[in-house]
Amino acid sequence: MVKLRIDNKEINVPKGTTILDAAVKVGIDIPTLCHMKLHDMNIENKPGGCRICVVEVAGRKNLAPACCTAVDEGMVCNTNSVRVINARRTVMELILSDHPAECLTCAKSGECELQDMAHRLGIRELHYTGEQSTYRMDDSPAIIRDPNKCIMCRRCEMMCNEIQTVGVLTAVQRGFKSVVTPAFQHDLMHSECTFCGQCLAVCPTGALTEVDETGAVIRALADPKKTVVVQTAPAVRAALGEEFGNKPGTLVTGKMVAALRRLGFDYVFDTDFAADLTIMEEGTELLRRLNGYLKGDKSVKLPILTSCCPAWVNFFEHQFPDMLDIPSTARSPQQMFGSIAKTYFAEKLGIDRKDMVVVSIMPCVAKKYERGREEFAVNGNPDVDIVLTTRELAYFLKLFNVDLNSLPEEEFDQPMGESTGAGVIFGTTGGVIEAAVRTAYEVHTGKELPRLDFEELRGMQGLREATIDFDGLPLKIGIAHGLGNARKLLEDIQSGKSQYHAIEIMSCPGGCIGGGGQPYHHGKVEILRKRQQAIYLEDDLKTIRKSHENPYIQKLYAEFLGEPMSAKAHSLLHTKYFNKHNLAHK
Amino acid sequence: MIINTHLSETAEVLIKSICARYKHDEHELINVLHEVQHHLGYLPEEVQQSIADELNIPVAKVYGVVTFYSFFTMIPKGKYNISICLGTACYVRGGELIVEEFKRRLNIGVGETSTDGLFSLNSIRCVGACGLAPVVSVGDKIYGRVTPQQVRRIIDEYIKIEEELEIAP
Repeated sequence: MVKLRIDNKEINVPKGTTILDAAVKVGIDIPTLCHMKLHDMNIENKPGGCRICVVEVAGRKNLAPACCTAVDEGMVCNTNSVRVINARRTVMELILSDHPAECLTCAKSGECELQDMAHRLGIRELHYTGEQSTYRMDDSPAIIRDPNKCIMCRRCEMMCNEIQTVGVLTAVQRGFKSVVTPAFQHDLMHSECTFCGQCLAVCPTGALTEVDETGAVIRALADPKKTVVVQTAPAVRAALGEEFGNKPGTLVTGKMVAALRRLGFDYVFDTDFAADLTIMEEGTELLRRLNGYLKGDKSVKLPILTSCCPAWVNFFEHQFPDMLDIPSTARSPQQMFGSIAKTYFAEKLGIDRKDMVVVSIMPCVAKKYERGREEFAVNGNPDVDIVLTTRELAYFLKLFNVDLNSLPEEEFDQPMGESTGAGVIFGTTGGVIEAAVRTAYEVHTGKELPRLDFEELRGMQGLREATIDFDGLPLKIGIAHGLGNARKLLEDIQSGKSQYHAIEIMSCPGGCIGGGGQPYHHGKVEILRKRQQAIYLEDDLKTIRKSHENPYIQKLYAEFLGEPMSAKAHSLLHTKYFNKHNLAHK
Repeated sequence: MIINTHLSETAEVLIKSICARYKHDEHELINVLHEVQHHLGYLPEEVQQSIADELNIPVAKVYGVVTFYSFFTMIPKGKYNISICLGTACYVRGGELIVEEFKRRLNIGVGETSTDGLFSLNSIRCVGACGLAPVVSVGDKIYGRVTPQQVRRIIDEYIKIEEELEIAP
């Protein structure tokens, strides 16, 4: 233990503790800007670059950055002397001297950590005027990059390189010219970006934001010729409430349905329905591959990998092009929904697919990219027309004067609003594979599952594994969230070390509940745990908790699709993958 | 490798052999870049991509290093590389005026290469010949106590060499 004094408070902390962490223990909240620590996930960004957290250390000539200076025995720190306050304010003014003063119209206004810090430090006047950076904006279907608003905190670079191991964003040049960008300052669309959106989930400013598509939804709703159908992903209901002042983990499913009706959607459906459908297809594929493998068919490859996550699909298309035959061919629930809505449901309504607009509400920015993939369109008409994030839905509701909290709880419309507990848990890491197990077990063994809660598949650890007894067959399951963890499992498969039969992968830490389109967690990752609890609570509250028991799914197969993996199911619900290795820089 | 279609075969062989000598160790990136630039003269995109593939690191990381160090360049150097010293002694004795005169005469900026590929312009720090300040070097040849009036003569010297090369059979 090391003894030190911070602002005249004595404290003992373990060796290696930073001044910042030690100060927290005595109730001193040193301001930070570039620093970000996501407990639980072992993620810490402390480049010591912004210098907002400087403190005075007795006997040291210059000020010390608290976030990356370790404590010493007998150290005496001062976090609020005149010198320190002046230094912080000067640093802040210098940062602002090269930052566009467009707070009023910035997409990040109100959620901006730079804005908050300027306010906290009492900056009322800018004394420094000088050269300002002028970079061009980088538009993509999902993420907008405005390097002029970058303050070089390098959080995005840390997420992109260390957590996701995608390696697209990097700091280039030096001094005033330094900026975070893809290689050769190309656009994200010409890089290996997966559009996972974890960069914008941690960006303190408006340098990285999602593409705002609310305008397109408003226009569609105002068009009397269009039937506008909306689907909501499982993770949205566990987070939307936060945008309306509710505690993290508040479930707002019924209120969200009511709110979407108030916005004017003709049909309010549930992506969870499509998640149940995914289980029917992916579960059947799993069993076919498993049975083939057990019978010794050498052409069958195991493990099977889930394919619901569009950023994950982008990841293996770019980085593991030799493994395109391993992931399930099942489309994601969003795309299955769009495909069924514009065929089965459009037929039921007797309308042309061109007169139907399918809107998705997603916790994800990669879904914006996914919906535009060429293979998910029929004669140029996309299966899913517009994707809004959870955050965009919140702005949209506020724009339309809908107060979520005061609404009654309403039910989803039918037939594509009925879902099971298995569909709901798709929103969290471990959920997709648990849902698959619930169905695959019963189909494989012909017996009823003795239990529905598979605690061994749940949790927040980045890499997890469990063995589920399939009536004598030990099914080995691997789970990864965060693409860096996914990479480890993939490299094991490549080298032949992998022992798993099935692997679930989600790109974002925590799964979709921690998606790039969710309300900003501002570094408080305990929020993700609360959202996860909400997801399992909703599962628990459902009367039907196994996908194959969803009566509307059964009806869909009876009336329209035939069997899982039938020719029709194949053409509407499955996809193929493309080798995109190095294509980005071509 | 799709990307390497842009890259000449010799360049590819060169990069492969240099990376192999460094055992494809990503920590040797700077040494690899040094050697490759020594042979090729510059580090264009496809060269960086190839090095990234060989060292198994993201190309963004390679680009970050190339742009961070002023020694590395993505623009091919001209046949005659003009370097003007802007170290303290040369600077106070008018080095910057020499730079301006070269920029004006060649119609290029510092770090650029003329469109005919003949001249490139660089500013360097002290070359250790302060007694001759301001100093200009063209390739291996050193010019001391250069005045702005001499700049045209220096350029003409090389244009003349080129003209003679053209006339010669």
